[in-house]
Amino acid sequence: MTSVVSSAAAPDPATAIHDSLRRYRRSADWKPLEYLFWCLPVAAYFLFPGNYLLLSQIAVTSLFALSLDLIFGYAGIISLGHAAFFGIGAYTVGLLGLRGMGDPLTGLVLAALFAAILGFLSSFLLLRGSDLARLMVTLGVALMLYELANKFSGITGGVDGIPGIEIKPVLGLFEFDLYGRVGYIYAVAVLFVLFWVARRIVHSPFGQSLRGIQMNAQRMPALGAPVNRRLVAVYTLGAAYAGVAGAVLAQTNQFVSLSVLGFENSADLLLILILGGTGRLYGGLIGAIVFIVAKHFLSDLNPQYWQFWLGLALVLLVMFARGGILGTAAQWAQKRRQRAQSRATGSAA
Amino acid sequence: MTIIFDGIAFGMLLFLISVGLSVTLGLMNFVNLAHGVFAMVGGYVCVVLLNDWGVPFLATIPFAIIVPGIVGVILERLLYRRLYEASDLDQVLFSLGLVFMAVAATHYFFGARQQPLHLPGFLSGQIHLPGVDIGVYRLFLVIAGIIVAVGLQWSVIRTSFGARLRAAVDNQRTARGLGIDVNRIFMLTFALGSALAGLGGALGVEMLGLDPEFPVKYLVYFLIVVTVGGGGNILGSLWAALLLGVADMAGKYYVPQIGAFIIYAIMVVILIFRPQGLFGRAHQ
Repeated sequence: MTSVVSSAAAPDPATAIHDSLRRYRRSADWKPLEYLFWCLPVAAYFLFPGNYLLLSQIAVTSLFALSLDLIFGYAGIISLGHAAFFGIGAYTVGLLGLRGMGDPLTGLVLAALFAAILGFLSSFLLLRGSDLARLMVTLGVALMLYELANKFSGITGGVDGIPGIEIKPVLGLFEFDLYGRVGYIYAVAVLFVLFWVARRIVHSPFGQSLRGIQMNAQRMPALGAPVNRRLVAVYTLGAAYAGVAGAVLAQTNQFVSLSVLGFENSADLLLILILGGTGRLYGGLIGAIVFIVAKHFLSDLNPQYWQFWLGLALVLLVMFARGGILGTAAQWAQKRRQRAQSRATGSAA
Repeated sequence: MTIIFDGIAFGMLLFLISVGLSVTLGLMNFVNLAHGVFAMVGGYVCVVLLNDWGVPFLATIPFAIIVPGIVGVILERLLYRRLYEASDLDQVLFSLGLVFMAVAATHYFFGARQQPLHLPGFLSGQIHLPGVDIGVYRLFLVIAGIIVAVGLQWSVIRTSFGARLRAAVDNQRTARGLGIDVNRIFMLTFALGSALAGLGGALGVEMLGLDPEFPVKYLVYFLIVVTVGGGGNILGSLWAALLLGVADMAGKYYVPQIGAFIIYAIMVVILIFRPQGLFGRAHQ
């Protein structure tokens, strides 16, 4: 937006606008680093054959973090209750499995549908009010669902959850095995497809208007963007994504526990996204890798230590590295580039 | 009737703990999710002095007020101060980090078990009135709550410290221009809020229980009191806390099937129709 305005002051506005449009379109192209990043899950498949369960947990958490990035990183809706949608997805798969409808892809679609419905309905609660009110409302909705799942134990199994869900083979061909090999491939495939879709959405005019809303919600209507409708749409979309993430978790673990709806699930997720960096799509993925791997090793030592270091990491993150891993890296790269540039101009003079 | 009275006592505890949060959140605009930590500090100070050192219950209370107050000052000086201007999100993450660290540290030092508390004889037992059974300790809680509420309201409205606090909150720059040391006021207010939380934590051991998960378990209750009562409004917090206490007790007694569902639902509804809280004034 700003580049259009500033370059319009240049000698030839038409070519300037043309230029900036082209630059904008090129920003949607896949970069070499991105190709490299997606080699990671393939490499992990061959390098850590004994850890498929952990790896698929990373893939699921990445997808979950991606869903929060859509609504928080791009539209700026802060949520402390995103586990609600994750839990809806997981319970959808669990309840379908109990009734013998264990087809994985149908499960994903239905999980996304139910989560999207709840997301659509609850999004209207978020259109008014400050960040704090949004925080409380999202938290309240998640807590309400948690209480419902806890108390209606006849349907949901209450605290015991739903163990031993029967999941049919993917596409009728690939059966989920005990070591989680198929589960891992399945989780990464779902993650990649949904990531690709999210990437398209973010780089579309719709995604750009979301960024605009986050920057200045008062000015966007003047540009012809219906703010409320956009927020409802992206919140519904984020909810559907989270529902799919919950569904994949339930399918690969063949188990649903009450903790998928818990407060800690939401809080951890927010931390993962902030740790990785918001509004970059890859932030949630990198945050999930770092978080789950760190948790895996530190919890082995002692679960309480893990919580302590987690808290310390949060405090330090807020104090010193506000952009998260990717944000800090981007700042660092930019500073280096500037220094190189000033050195070049200095030597030229 | 007994339920209502228990609810009022519960509400008074919530009020004692939350009123400090109401000030930091409503007046200083700091989303401090770690507020329950100060209550937990107060509770542990009380329990440790009572059980390990043999100090009588009432004599532990001043310590349970002073120690969290000092901890509050130290944390405010070192950490909170830097984040007054930060976004809500940064404050949420920061205080969440503090909660995690406090919970883990408490686990490490005191273990995961519930801490026992033996009340002195003159505070236990019941008074039987026609139609009502009143626990002596519940009565004690209610009286303590009323004293604190009146004292606070009086000091904010009548004393010069209260006047300076209100000035500092209403317009920080002008207050500084008038020679008010805003930083000092905020520090003292933060310490006062922490100290009151400590008092609530110590008095609440008997009713709320005390274990390392305390700050997480009751976090939502504190937030509800503040958001429903309207930030920075002492009487509003009192009414909201009483309402919440009675509704929670009655809900758990009469309709245990849906448990805490009612409270969350009420909170969401109130926030939708009055984002500034039931008793809050709209922010400028």
